[in-house]
Amino acid sequence: MSAKTKFGRLKGFSERTSDIILVTICVVILLIVAYPLYYVLIASVSNPYDVYAGKTFFFPSEFTLNGYKAVFADKNIFTGYLNSIKYTVIGTIFSVVMVYLTAYPLSIKDLPGRKFLSIFFIITMYFGGGLIPTYLVVKDTGLLNNIWALFLPGGVAVGNMIIVRNFFENSIPKELIEAAKIDGASNWLIFIKVVVPLSRSIMAVMVVFSMVAYWNDWFTAMIYVPGDETAPLPLVLRGILIKSSASASQSSTISGGYAELNKLTELIKFSSIIVAAAPMLIIYPFVQKYFEKGFMAGAVKG
Amino acid sequence: MKKNTSAIVTGSHKSLKKRLLDNWQLYAMLFIPVVLTIIYKYYPIYGIQIAFRDYKANRGMFGSEWVGFEWFRRFFSSPNCIRMIKNTVLISFYGLLWSFPVPIILALMINQLRFNRFKRVVQTVLYAPHFISIMVICGMIRIFLSPSGGLINLLAGTSIDFLSEASAFRTIFIASGIWQDAGWGIIVYMATLSNIDTSHYEAAKIDGASMFQRIWYIDIPELIPTIVLMLIMSAGGLMNVGFEKVWLLQTDLNKATSDVISVYVYQQGIESAKYSYSTAIGLFNTVVNIILLIIVNTIASKISEDTSFV
Repeated sequence: MSAKTKFGRLKGFSERTSDIILVTICVVILLIVAYPLYYVLIASVSNPYDVYAGKTFFFPSEFTLNGYKAVFADKNIFTGYLNSIKYTVIGTIFSVVMVYLTAYPLSIKDLPGRKFLSIFFIITMYFGGGLIPTYLVVKDTGLLNNIWALFLPGGVAVGNMIIVRNFFENSIPKELIEAAKIDGASNWLIFIKVVVPLSRSIMAVMVVFSMVAYWNDWFTAMIYVPGDETAPLPLVLRGILIKSSASASQSSTISGGYAELNKLTELIKFSSIIVAAAPMLIIYPFVQKYFEKGFMAGAVKG
Repeated sequence: MKKNTSAIVTGSHKSLKKRLLDNWQLYAMLFIPVVLTIIYKYYPIYGIQIAFRDYKANRGMFGSEWVGFEWFRRFFSSPNCIRMIKNTVLISFYGLLWSFPVPIILALMINQLRFNRFKRVVQTVLYAPHFISIMVICGMIRIFLSPSGGLINLLAGTSIDFLSEASAFRTIFIASGIWQDAGWGIIVYMATLSNIDTSHYEAAKIDGASMFQRIWYIDIPELIPTIVLMLIMSAGGLMNVGFEKVWLLQTDLNKATSDVISVYVYQQGIESAKYSYSTAIGLFNTVVNIILLIIVNTIASKISEDTSFV
């Protein structure tokens, strides 16, 4: 295949050596990244005393699903789970629609005012009112304790919008849009019938980005919609993982005395981590191949 | 070329009014995003003036009494002011120093991997921690660092309560940050590297260039503009130590190094409802950031002429 030189064999050898070194380093990095997650996964199905005694570095001990049972039986966690699903669904739809509605007009080169409008949005990436002024505006517009406070103040995700706009500019054939215009299609019709169907790959990326953002968010909920009834999953987990206190509903489901309760509390820590992290970790690999494309169009040429 | 001229011709034939009317649907699409941005992005910027007022709920953001620089004076004379500024700067400076090169090195290595399936697996695993909530990450950190039975103490055979050691806070914060985000950070570099014409590599191989030489002479020069751009963007956020992670990892005993401006802004603003005071501190932070951004951008544009910000 490639041209052979006098030093062909020697070269082949050194290529192979560097390949081996490279692969070895990459395997070590893989382990560093993956092992903590694997460890938590094992611990979530093990006897927590064995975990804390260092007996579960590689395999679970005394396999049990009690942690998961307790997680799903806990009323607060369950409410948090439902809330997170609700916020993620509404937030993702809202966010992707906003991004698309903004990105398409701004991708039309001869739209009067395009430059001004672009700057109008991009400025908000770099400057903002800060925590309190934004909080007061949310309060003044009556959104405090209203779940729309989780979506509306975020407005347009400008970084995502730029990625989508660049995709429209670079990857949707101008001829198609021109042809549709000649056929008398309105801008709206072109958007719905041509642009949206042709941008499925970038839409998949946007959906995943928004889902991750809403699924993992807790700060917005903490300040704008405080309260147990509206807390998303990460905020519920704060009580379990950060404050380290057993919730009342847990203690009522247990009848084995303090040690058993303590054991379960520890087990719940591990299983709730898995339960919270798993959905997004399962989803992102499906759109992974589009990430680089999106960033190439977005960040670099930005 | 032909297309260009025709666009100009049709453009000049139509009046501005006609062009606005032709595009009314596009403006209609922008209506809701623009309104939301004005209300929730621009109006709060206008509301920053409460940093110079004594905000009273009944008089509102624009009716409260002016107090000039009173809140700033109060902040600078507060006992922990120097400590907070110092902690903020040190966390982000060391964070940048340690975190910045990692994705570049990772991208250069992964780009050289020749087995595509393995390459995909490496990328998938490296991206994973980025998709986990900071709350969960901090929960993991607390579990792993626990003095009784935490993974780190088990492996080291010690029983140190790391989160009670002020001297360990920055290391914990930065190392876990690298673990979580370095993998995701490779994307922008991988995208740039994928633009390199493979014939360069072929030619270099025929000339007998080793893997290291190919990285040094082909990949790195190609990456420089991206590196500079990323550096500018990171340096502009040098005073932006995120609230969430510090707050979740803070304990009473590590405050000597974990007490940062963003946490103070939250505590004073949301917890104590001192709206004006909190806004003033936040504004101070933002102004320092803007100054840093301008300085770094100026330096960078002098160093490499073809890269400029935005």
